[in-house]
Amino acid sequence: MTLTAPRASTRAAPAAPGRPRSTLARRLVPYGYLSPTVLLIVVLMVVPIVMVVGYSFRDNVIVQENSVFAGFANYTRVLTDPDFLAALRNTAVFISVSMLAHLVLGLTFAMMLNTQLLSGVTKAIFRIVYILPWLFTIAVIAVIWRLLFDPSGVVNYVLQTVGLVQEGVNWFGDPATALWAVTFVNIWSGYPFFMISLLAGLQGIPADLYEAAAVDGTNWWQRFRHVTLPQLRPVIISMAVLDLIWTSHQFALIWMTTGGGPLNSTEMLSTFTYKQAFSEYEFATASAAAVIVLLLTMVLAFFYVRSQRER
Amino acid sequence: MVFRVSRLSRLVGAVTAATTVAFVAACGADDGASDGDGTVTLEFAQWWGAELPAGEFDRIIDEFTAQNPNIEIELLSAPYASTKQQLLTGAASKTLPDVVGLDGAWVNDFAKQGAITDLSSLMAEANYDDSELASQIQIDGSTYMIPVVNFVYPLFVNKALLTEAGVADVPTTRSEFLDAATKISASDGDVKGWALPLDTAVPNGIQNDVMSWLWASGGSMLTADGKPNLTSPEVKETVEYVKSLNDADVIAPGALTMKEQDKVEKFSNGQIGMMIDSLAHINLIRENQPDMEFEVAALPAADSYTGERGIPYASWGIGISDSSEHKAEAFKFVSYLMSQETNAQLSTIANGFPGNKNAEPDFGSSDPLFRTAFEIYQQGYPANEFVGLPKSEDLMRSFAEQLQLVLTGGTSVDDALAAAQENWSSVIE
Repeated sequence: MTLTAPRASTRAAPAAPGRPRSTLARRLVPYGYLSPTVLLIVVLMVVPIVMVVGYSFRDNVIVQENSVFAGFANYTRVLTDPDFLAALRNTAVFISVSMLAHLVLGLTFAMMLNTQLLSGVTKAIFRIVYILPWLFTIAVIAVIWRLLFDPSGVVNYVLQTVGLVQEGVNWFGDPATALWAVTFVNIWSGYPFFMISLLAGLQGIPADLYEAAAVDGTNWWQRFRHVTLPQLRPVIISMAVLDLIWTSHQFALIWMTTGGGPLNSTEMLSTFTYKQAFSEYEFATASAAAVIVLLLTMVLAFFYVRSQRER
Repeated sequence: MVFRVSRLSRLVGAVTAATTVAFVAACGADDGASDGDGTVTLEFAQWWGAELPAGEFDRIIDEFTAQNPNIEIELLSAPYASTKQQLLTGAASKTLPDVVGLDGAWVNDFAKQGAITDLSSLMAEANYDDSELASQIQIDGSTYMIPVVNFVYPLFVNKALLTEAGVADVPTTRSEFLDAATKISASDGDVKGWALPLDTAVPNGIQNDVMSWLWASGGSMLTADGKPNLTSPEVKETVEYVKSLNDADVIAPGALTMKEQDKVEKFSNGQIGMMIDSLAHINLIRENQPDMEFEVAALPAADSYTGERGIPYASWGIGISDSSEHKAEAFKFVSYLMSQETNAQLSTIANGFPGNKNAEPDFGSSDPLFRTAFEIYQQGYPANEFVGLPKSEDLMRSFAEQLQLVLTGGTSVDDALAAAQENWSSVIE
């Protein structure tokens, strides 16, 4: 120890004042290491975002060579479009209900997998069963549930057999049920991620907290409320905010099951933006809608970052 | 040691930075499609290769490259939906491949964007005789797409279900169709007479399953000068007829989010007795249900109509990118695909009808229903008024939304057509 420090300093000291070029080069070294990452971030994130923001203030972008500055006209058009407002409402319902259901189901299943009441083998089997929905791609999930929710599909058959419905329900095809049907499918496909994260959180809670609570004579509900939930709070907040952000970007599931219909009952911000761009070729209004979605997502991201800082 | 590590760090940093600069330079470099030896490589993006039997399309391409050793063809084959996405973004960014497979529904938008080139001038430059072409899709008098293979949409009828329902003949008029559909629906609680896919994600049900009724009776959704004419008596009668089918409960449930593939699946499974569908699906139905007894027929027309019947069609069209540096070579390839022999060959393997008037598909080894369909095709005329219209998918979608409102009791036929007319008028100027 005593020898190493002086040797290092004696070698480094004369180089700094005597060789300015070398110092400059040394200062640039970290930037050299960073440059690939910075370049990728700029090319893949900053440039597209800046372009989309730029498009949102112009008219006739992309489809015509000479676009014109339009100020906030595209934003006004989007924000006063009844279809956009319907998409905003649907998205709010879709992401809130999905997040709450993901949380409740994920926590319930995580607690079942963390219980001491079941054997290791039983828990391993349930772990596989519970995680299965997460292993399917969205395309497969959409096909499976289109078949299951078909008016002459398995779900209606079961419901009719047990007498819950008299005739087959158009789950995806009826404006009254379509939004709830796609929300249900999204819940089914997304709860395993919550479950795994919460299970990891549960396994990290020190056992002595439960032992101390037991010594104090608490029952199951009191232990859950005063030990488990406070300990899981950071995980729950992070997962909830992330889930809201991810679910708000859900496009493939909606597109492959209902396409935003029937009668716009499942139109989301993502499908609205897609239709504006690739069906109506209104890239300027699509960009304005995308920027609005970006701003809404940034609000959620702000809460996520703040919750992370608090930790 | 410290000194060596420091030098090594700087060296690695410098190399990394240099690599980054090189990467950026490489990204911006012109990747020129001409080799040093004068060989030109043409990119050809299409969905056809994915729909043809494995290796068949490659054989046709190889024949071209054997005849033209200085031209290489790089096939970019993907399913229809992926190709559409790629071409939409390519058109927007002016980076389309040299030769592109086109759907008639995209042509107007691509041409207006300046993404595809004027083929009329290329034909003139190459002294090409276009009299052999069955049709050309033109915008403002210039050709932008040539249909290579056409796929018609006749009426498919499940003969077993029809017979079971006590209907002896395939319906030829709207009244007969309603009667047959009603009887099929009444014969079995799980079977319906017809399917109407009105999904708005891919709203081509309006073209294939709704407007086809109009065209089959010689009607038009446009005025003589190409403006929307949705409030005409013919269009109103058509929509009212579709509504009458819905009111009679002969349409398979789930129509509002049904997709084309759902319709084909329901027909294959014997859940519907009749459907209007692409001839290209004959093989698929045969594969899924080898014992199924079905036939194809001309679309039923209005009871009093005696004229020629329009039959809806979709095309494998072809166009050339406006940004291509090898337009002459690209047109040489297009003219090869449109030549009598190659076009007949391609139509045969695609189970479609040729875009070259003089080409005749070889029905020898194909399903007998193709010959029947070819006769229907020759007796009538190909009709698809969405081809060449601007934002045609959006037009279909807005019409589909209005029709959904009509079928769910949300509006009247008159109000729906007036709303659709207003929407279309803002697009078709």
